[in-house]
Amino acid sequence: MADANAVPRITASRRWARQTRHGDVFFWLLTLFFALMIIGLVVAVGVVTYTGSAAARAAYGWSFLWGTEWNPVETTLYPVSFGAWPAIRGTLLSSLIALILAAPTGVAIGIFLSELCPLRLRQPLGFMVELLAAIPSVIYGLWGVAVFANWFNDWVTNPIAESVGQFVPWLAGPVAVSRGLAITGTILAIMILPTISAITRDMLQAVPNHQREAMLSLGATRWEVIWGAVVPYARAGIVGGIMLGLGRALGETMAATMLIGNSTRIEESIFYPATTAAALVASELPNANDPLHESSLIGLALALFGITLLLNLIARYLVWQTARGPAGEKV
Amino acid sequence: MSLETNMLTYQQRSRVDKTLRGCTIVATSIAIVPLVLIIAYVLFVGGSALNRDFFTQTYRPPVPAGIDPLTGLPIDGMEEGDLSQVQARGGVLHGIVGTLMVTITALLFSLPIGILAGIFLAEYPDTPFNTFIRFCCDVLSGAPSIVIGVVGFTLIVKPMGSYSGIAGAIALTFLMVPTIARTTEEILKLVPNAVREAAMAMGAPMWYSTLTVVLPAALTGIVTGALLAFARGAGETAPLLLTIQGNSNLSFDLLAPMAALPILTYKYIESPFPAENQLAWGTAFVLMILVLGINLLVRVTTARIKR
Repeated sequence: MADANAVPRITASRRWARQTRHGDVFFWLLTLFFALMIIGLVVAVGVVTYTGSAAARAAYGWSFLWGTEWNPVETTLYPVSFGAWPAIRGTLLSSLIALILAAPTGVAIGIFLSELCPLRLRQPLGFMVELLAAIPSVIYGLWGVAVFANWFNDWVTNPIAESVGQFVPWLAGPVAVSRGLAITGTILAIMILPTISAITRDMLQAVPNHQREAMLSLGATRWEVIWGAVVPYARAGIVGGIMLGLGRALGETMAATMLIGNSTRIEESIFYPATTAAALVASELPNANDPLHESSLIGLALALFGITLLLNLIARYLVWQTARGPAGEKV
Repeated sequence: MSLETNMLTYQQRSRVDKTLRGCTIVATSIAIVPLVLIIAYVLFVGGSALNRDFFTQTYRPPVPAGIDPLTGLPIDGMEEGDLSQVQARGGVLHGIVGTLMVTITALLFSLPIGILAGIFLAEYPDTPFNTFIRFCCDVLSGAPSIVIGVVGFTLIVKPMGSYSGIAGAIALTFLMVPTIARTTEEILKLVPNAVREAAMAMGAPMWYSTLTVVLPAALTGIVTGALLAFARGAGETAPLLLTIQGNSNLSFDLLAPMAALPILTYKYIESPFPAENQLAWGTAFVLMILVLGINLLVRVTTARIKR
């Protein structure tokens, strides 16, 4: 005989506890809310820059991007006009210089750290390279302005401008101030080295050992193993790392602002002052009184955000694909 | 590739091997050289700029040599107007206070967001949009910091009508959340599942086991993430230029413009006065010690966790 009292009475609170799985539903909702907030932050960046640049987009449309005149102040010679090309050109060129210098070096460092370095040195060397990424960009700018600029002038800019620069217009001098695209690109290269080398190293370490063993068993030298069997396997990921480095160079603000000279005139030589999108925004937005001026600067920020978003998307896909291994392989 | 390789003799192949392996060593030293140079310069030049005034005084306008700083009158027998003769006066107490207040406020904002989001990513791994959230983290940490500054500027500074410490803190939150979320996620994944199962076997609901068993086990790692985020926030300049603007006086008011160390570095190095350039190196020294110290500390503790 079943006693009615033996069956536990299901009180409202118990039912509530069971339905919410003893509060787990709330916990899930709470953490979900904050996780979604991260998406919200990204959306906020997009929305704010998009709406903030409405006036500039209405005034210029897409031609904003290749307008060559940036004149925030009305003068007798030039009317007020906002064309982003000087800034975009400076951004692209300084990042290109950085990429040309940093991509081979960074990949070589990654190869060294992953394949060739004695095991005892691997940790400390890797840490030192990563430390380069942790130094605040304003310190790079400070060092660049106060120390590196003079060396660069004496050893790179002036010799090149006086010899090759006589015949090649984009290397021409004379160099009065040590501010310009070339030095900015060089400092940016130092800044993006750790990104490229750290990702290259991680990608190479994800290459399975049988790749190396197979190549070694064919009698290859160590470099042939690396170049023939390891690097091609990780190629997509390495390209992804270089793209992430490029993204960092494009958006770098302080070092660029301090070193590029902030001139919105388009000069042919890479030793002359120029400007980048980030530097232009940083130096002019706090003083922009004209709504169109402000909106144009926000438009530049929108363009920067769009480019880095796209680069990140492609790069993360490549890195993820490489880290996962080739299609169909299950280890 | 293979055909070409076969055409080389062994000596040639060996030479290629040695040369290119040498190149990677050269490349690595190329990266180490600027690191050592930058650290050495900041530590030596910056270290010599430090004195008691540096930490206890705020900004004072530089006075050219030959002018009595108290009366503003020319001093007899001294030449006027030589900029290099201007003595270092004042300090960066306002910058230290500003950096600490703004970064700690930002940390208070970003810790709950980052930790709870990290818990979500680690403890509910089957959610279909987790990859997307991780991608958003990468986008935020990869976004140009000036863009974050523009967001802080249009979202908070414009409606409030003035630059403020709180706007800087909110801008920094954008940059610190992804670091905290990702480190929290990584470290929670290192906590063995047996710990969770043991807690649940004792009848604890998931939230209780997460908060009282899993999270404490991962505490060191989460503190690590918070420290790294703090180091990153303290060194950011561009977002702060557009949100807290800078302030020459000591200010504890988060609703008013504040100073910050990286902003002072930026402003003082552009100054024509060598005395103010000294202050720039000094602020860089403080920043560098902060960043290096936190990174070394994190390095030591994570090495211990992994062991």
